[in-house]
Amino acid sequence: MDIIKSFFKEIRPEFDFDESKNFIQDGYLDSFDVITLVNMIEEKFGITIDGLDIIPENFCSYDSIKGMISKNGGKI
Amino acid sequence: MYKSIIDYFEETVSRFPDKTAIVDSEGTIRFSVLAKNARNVALNILKATGNRRNCPIAVYMKKSKNTVIADMGISYSGNPYMNLDIKTPIDRIKAILEHVQPSMIITDQESSEKILQVSDRFRVMSIENISDNDTGVDVNVIYEGLLHQIDTDPSCIINTSGSTGIPKGVILNHKSFFDFLQWTTETFDLNSSTNIGSLSPSVFDIFVYEIWLMSVKGATITLLDENMAMFPAKLLEQMKTAEVNFIFWVPSIMVNIANMDLLSKISLEDLKLVWFAGEVFPTKQFNYWRRMLPWTKFANFYGPIEITLDCTYYIIEREFQDSEPLPIGFPCKNTDILILNEHDMPCGRKEEGELCVRGTSLAMGYYKNPEKTSSVFVQNPLNNDYPELIYRTGDIVYVNDHGEIVFKGRKDSLIKHMGYRIELGEIEHAVINKIGIVEYCCVVYNRQKKEITMFYESDEEISSGEFRKALMNLFPKYMIPTKYIKKDILPRNTNGKIDRNKLNEEVNS
Repeated sequence: MDIIKSFFKEIRPEFDFDESKNFIQDGYLDSFDVITLVNMIEEKFGITIDGLDIIPENFCSYDSIKGMISKNGGKI
Repeated sequence: MYKSIIDYFEETVSRFPDKTAIVDSEGTIRFSVLAKNARNVALNILKATGNRRNCPIAVYMKKSKNTVIADMGISYSGNPYMNLDIKTPIDRIKAILEHVQPSMIITDQESSEKILQVSDRFRVMSIENISDNDTGVDVNVIYEGLLHQIDTDPSCIINTSGSTGIPKGVILNHKSFFDFLQWTTETFDLNSSTNIGSLSPSVFDIFVYEIWLMSVKGATITLLDENMAMFPAKLLEQMKTAEVNFIFWVPSIMVNIANMDLLSKISLEDLKLVWFAGEVFPTKQFNYWRRMLPWTKFANFYGPIEITLDCTYYIIEREFQDSEPLPIGFPCKNTDILILNEHDMPCGRKEEGELCVRGTSLAMGYYKNPEKTSSVFVQNPLNNDYPELIYRTGDIVYVNDHGEIVFKGRKDSLIKHMGYRIELGEIEHAVINKIGIVEYCCVVYNRQKKEITMFYESDEEISSGEFRKALMNLFPKYMIPTKYIKKDILPRNTNGKIDRNKLNEEVNS
């Protein structure tokens, strides 16, 4: 989980993601961030995330991102 | 005879009063209602400004039906509109407003608080209060004013990155749109059954084209949810449901859709016409689109905003290898392209030179900026006999064996990224002079990864977070470098200047 947190620190240093209940609704991420994040995850975990999984529900919290990584074969 | 967008629009409204003009997430609006609301906006503007004309009016709100109502209302009032992006840092908005000095700002309830912080010197009105508000002013005031309008009066102002830190406001008049509109609608059979999937921010010229197409032909604009651009699957589903049949997008998002292989999962049977412009579409990802949508016609457009929308086009019909660049093609009708070498002489075939444009599509210049205007809108060097302006794009191109124009690169450090035009010098200027975090830096563009990369000179490592945090207050997101590389000493050329070419090679090798 720490690794995901570090991605967020890199992408959006000005936000405290721990405070947020829903990253998307709180406007913490925009389209640039999502693409950057997906690239970081794919590189780090050596997986390819299915395009159909790149939906708001999978990017709203640390847990949902973790679930998406596992679903696409990443070991986390 | 048509003098302005309003002449076209009024004709369209009388032909299709009950047809849907715009669709957004909150509903639809018919042409007759759009016209009524826009005229109300115009009457409120004329009342508030004392019938002032040909003076810019800013629009500061999220892209929605209301943006179109505001833009059309401003057009009815005989003034040029200047759309602003609510995602742009407020200091940059302030710099634009102070430079342009619009006679008023139209906002919406959601964004009014933010704009009121900077604009106590400007008149601000909320669209919700004026599109339904009956001023009691006779509607003929609008038409009396429009009697004085000519086709070379300004229609809109579009801001583009400038190296000194203040964006340059390109002034486009009504007439400059006519050629491209007429030619494209004939060539591509765009008409009232055209349903545009609109994704560009309201500050892009593409959005302005969509408004013109709606006004001239009675096409429907389907405003796709901007926030869904980060989730392309949702976007495609929205397009499918709305039965969008035409899109005019920048390639960035199309590349993402190709990389995610989404078109094999979500089929877009209705999509008959795809245009792209604003940056180079990598051929590999383009070929994916073409393979997946065999029923679709594709065209690549090229043109800086200074020549109103686009000046060359290429309809893709022959096969392209993944490694072969897509040409920018041929001049649009009633536009002439000159390719000039360093002696300002026409280039031969395959000789590289600067693309220059001749035609009624030329912008009027940059708002309140005669120096910048006269440096690029210049006398045609091939004509010494009478005054004739051309626009020098700064883009380097050549003509290939098929007789097609091919884009090669830039004369300077301007780049196109996510469809936006960025002067890399502007970022350097800010880092050195405004933030003062380092004394020397150089920003280059990684073309493969589409990454803005900053090299900085320092003894100690500075975290990327620190740079980003500082830059976030000055620039919109798309201008902020993604990569930061420390060097003890940056390479210099023989003049002692930082060697941009060398650093460029380092990231693009």
